[in-house]
Amino acid sequence: MENQKTITIMGSSQNKSAVEKAAQSVFTVCAFMAVMAVASITIYMIINGTPALFKVGVGELLLGTEWAPGAAQPSYGIFYIILTSVIGTALAVLLGVPIGVLTAVFLAELAPGRVAAVIQPAVELLAGIPSVIYGLLGVMILNPLMYRLELRLFHGSATHQFTGGANLISAVIVLAVMILPTVINISTSAIRAVPEHLRAASEALGASRIQTIFRVVLPAAGSGIITAVVLGVGRAVGEAMAISLVSGSSVNFPLPFHSVRFLTTAIVSEMGYAADTHRQVLFTIGLVLFTFIMLINISLTRILKKGEKEND
Amino acid sequence: MAWVGAAILAVGSFTGCGSREAEAAAESGKQEEGASGSLKGNISMSGSTSMEKLANSLAESFMLKYPGVTVKPEFTGSSAGIEAVAAGNVDIGNSSRELKDSEKEAGAVENIVAIDGIAVVLDPANTVTDLSKDQLIGIYKGEIRNWSEIGGNEMPIVVIGREAGSGTRDAFEEILGIKDACAYASELDSTGTVMAKVASVPGAIGYVSLDVVDDTVITAALDGVEAEPDNIKAGSYFLSRPFVMATRGEIAEQSELVQEFFRYLETEEGKAVISGAGLIVPD
Repeated sequence: MENQKTITIMGSSQNKSAVEKAAQSVFTVCAFMAVMAVASITIYMIINGTPALFKVGVGELLLGTEWAPGAAQPSYGIFYIILTSVIGTALAVLLGVPIGVLTAVFLAELAPGRVAAVIQPAVELLAGIPSVIYGLLGVMILNPLMYRLELRLFHGSATHQFTGGANLISAVIVLAVMILPTVINISTSAIRAVPEHLRAASEALGASRIQTIFRVVLPAAGSGIITAVVLGVGRAVGEAMAISLVSGSSVNFPLPFHSVRFLTTAIVSEMGYAADTHRQVLFTIGLVLFTFIMLINISLTRILKKGEKEND
Repeated sequence: MAWVGAAILAVGSFTGCGSREAEAAAESGKQEEGASGSLKGNISMSGSTSMEKLANSLAESFMLKYPGVTVKPEFTGSSAGIEAVAAGNVDIGNSSRELKDSEKEAGAVENIVAIDGIAVVLDPANTVTDLSKDQLIGIYKGEIRNWSEIGGNEMPIVVIGREAGSGTRDAFEEILGIKDACAYASELDSTGTVMAKVASVPGAIGYVSLDVVDDTVITAALDGVEAEPDNIKAGSYFLSRPFVMATRGEIAEQSELVQEFFRYLETEEGKAVISGAGLIVPD
């Protein structure tokens, strides 16, 4: 009896509120860890990335086309590197997104249960494969194929520099495959989220299955699919490991059969021995990359907000 | 000063513990031998950026062996290093080339501590196995684009190199006198990837540190000389350069500490550090 008396409503509510408060502060601290990380990365990138901008000159650095950091008269033009990242990513998205979205349509709308049960896990597995594996496959399979193509296309050419198959196309193909799982997964859920009554209405009006998909379902899933595309772009821009193996890594104008260097691979390949201004310029490349990723993320949030409004 | 140092060294090795005199001596002048059976003081070193890896690993291992010693390498370039040692500003001047006569006249003495050898590797199916210096320069400058131009098969040349900042690239371009004039098809960021690429791409040519070549590739002879350590030591293989640690006057005239450093280079331990940096130990 005595013991039971100690458990009062008051005491219990006090205990509870203490636990509540403690839990809340733990959550708050955890939440701020992410904010802290983002903030410190931003500050770090700006502090380390800007000195070279002033030292080399903004125009010369961002718009210069000659990359010779080790020369007696070093030049640090990263324009071709930026262009490679932009064009390479755009091509990868052009190649990967149609395949990804159509796969998603197939999975969500057309595939018989058993087939979907095979494809869905395969796509998820694709997402989990480390990027270096993609790179290795690119080196083993893609590059030799590309070299054969190159030998045939440029047979007897006096001006073409042979790259042994390590070129922009190889990198684009690898990137396209790498963004597939992101595009497929997000598009599939977007398509599945389209209300059933839209499809029913369309089919009731006499539209065929395919007409319904292209005229009704895909437009309705639009914002979800754009999200998929933007995330795909983000993945492609930020990828380093795989393409550093297949792209050849020479700084050239991004033409299909040129050996090219991306923003990411520029940092990875030269950080090891870089010193002084060269090193600072690599940080500036990081800052450029960081800015790209930020822009992509901001546009993503915009799209998501717009989508929410439309759905309301 | 010298006799104080010697006395302290003797005392130190008997007693095995630090004494005040030792500390005082170490403070009173630099490069004095301390107690505890170990040396104390500073070795200052400056010069070649190519020797960064060698100098840093030697400094680290030497400081590990003699905890009282600080070796601080700076990398200012070969000429600046030799100038500094000749002027007596540093104990050791690093140079990744042989000393010029004018530098020797200024008092710098050439001590070759290691030799940097570079092998030119070709894909295993290549029929060209011997290259002249001019051919090699032509290939890397992009003037020779097909193996048929230099007596090989009808096959384009895929020019593979290392990334800017790599010591191997540095040495290769410097020895051939084609610094930043190379037209690379691929700039790879490690020796391993260069080897793998050359082994797998028909018509490829690359360069790697001599110690990593294996039979997945052909190692080209240059001007008819095989890339063998013996040929490099003899000086007949041109794609090599000496790593010099120059001193002002002969080694025997140096402080006990610097002498000990050069003795350390002769030991098995020191030799292991040199070959660990991918270099050839001279005879």
